[in-house]
Amino acid sequence: MDGHDFALWEKRVDALMVLCGAKGFFTVDGLRRALEDMGEDAFEKHSYYERWIAAVNQNLVEAGIYSLEELGTRMEEIAARGPTYGAAQDG
Amino acid sequence: MPPGHVRAPAYLRGKQGVIERPLGAFHNPEQLAYGLVADKKPLYRVRFTMAELWGDAAENPEDTLDAELYDHWLERL
Amino acid sequence: MPHDHPNHSHDHDHGLSPSGHPYRADNDEPLTYWQRMEIAVRELLIEKGRITAAEIANQIEVMDARSPANGAAVVARAWSDPDFKARLLADAGAASREMGFDIGPLNLIAVENTDTTHNLIVCTLCSCYPRNLLGLPPDWYKTREYRSRAVREPRAVLREFGVNLPDSTRIRVHDSTADMRYIILPARPAGTDGMAEPDLARLVTRDAMIGTGLARTP
Repeated sequence: MDGHDFALWEKRVDALMVLCGAKGFFTVDGLRRALEDMGEDAFEKHSYYERWIAAVNQNLVEAGIYSLEELGTRMEEIAARGPTYGAAQDG
Repeated sequence: MPPGHVRAPAYLRGKQGVIERPLGAFHNPEQLAYGLVADKKPLYRVRFTMAELWGDAAENPEDTLDAELYDHWLERL
Repeated sequence: MPHDHPNHSHDHDHGLSPSGHPYRADNDEPLTYWQRMEIAVRELLIEKGRITAAEIANQIEVMDARSPANGAAVVARAWSDPDFKARLLADAGAASREMGFDIGPLNLIAVENTDTTHNLIVCTLCSCYPRNLLGLPPDWYKTREYRSRAVREPRAVLREFGVNLPDSTRIRVHDSTADMRYIILPARPAGTDGMAEPDLARLVTRDAMIGTGLARTP
């Protein structure tokens, strides 16, 4: 009845959330705060794991793990690697 | 509701309930949410009747709702 | 004919592999913004030595291995062993660990359904769920509709799940607002006297442990 076999990228978001939380990079409360700050319409526009990766990223930037510039540069590089999720993996 | 991260659902604000059980002390989520050093705050499970929450719109007034609420969101009556 | 695929436009859109199978939709759709973000976040974390690829792969395996069968085994033990049931209701986390389930630092509370009480679990603030015991939550649990209606009209929600309870049954809704996670100990169905634990466990559905269902009868 669920009809949802999670995609690999979604499982990875889940894993990043759990691991980064366990390592103390952020708390679940920090994630929730970032989710709430996206506003009500984020719920309409984005899927569950889309919202979660945004919240994970927001918290990692705030924690100083990497900068927004590093993220932006990397996301552009990834777009140039290929047209699909599989093709965009590095190696 | 005040802006920011608040761990008390809006539908419970200003409602009366009874403490079902104390749960111990946990780090205050409203500080953790902003990466602040968090005090430990007592956490309680509080039981509300549906009549208290929804008035005449309650499906069955004696059904209940339990929620976990921090000490600083509670006021003794 | 398992290798035949209807020649719908859907398949044209996604193409077929050389062996005639459609590619998995999640990996051949155009790369999305959020997928790029996931790749970037993961790569940066690995490059900066904060996390390893092996840790990520291991965490996915751990999560994939968690399923409602774990919770069902706990419930079946509680139905079979009164002492275990008492320990479960006192500290569900410790009782689950006692059975060998690694549920991490989760604070777990078990609440018991009886002839006169029915419990229902929701998280109105986000989608907290006893995931370390039951695995990932079903999609409907995460919907705004369920999260808002379960606290306001639980009886209507239960009817839609096929659970019709008399007015005399007390419904107790549990909103996972802070650090606790909940699991329901369903009422043991009639006609199960003398059944072995593995057989009992097969009667315990995921929904029965969330409260949107009842345990099956044999």
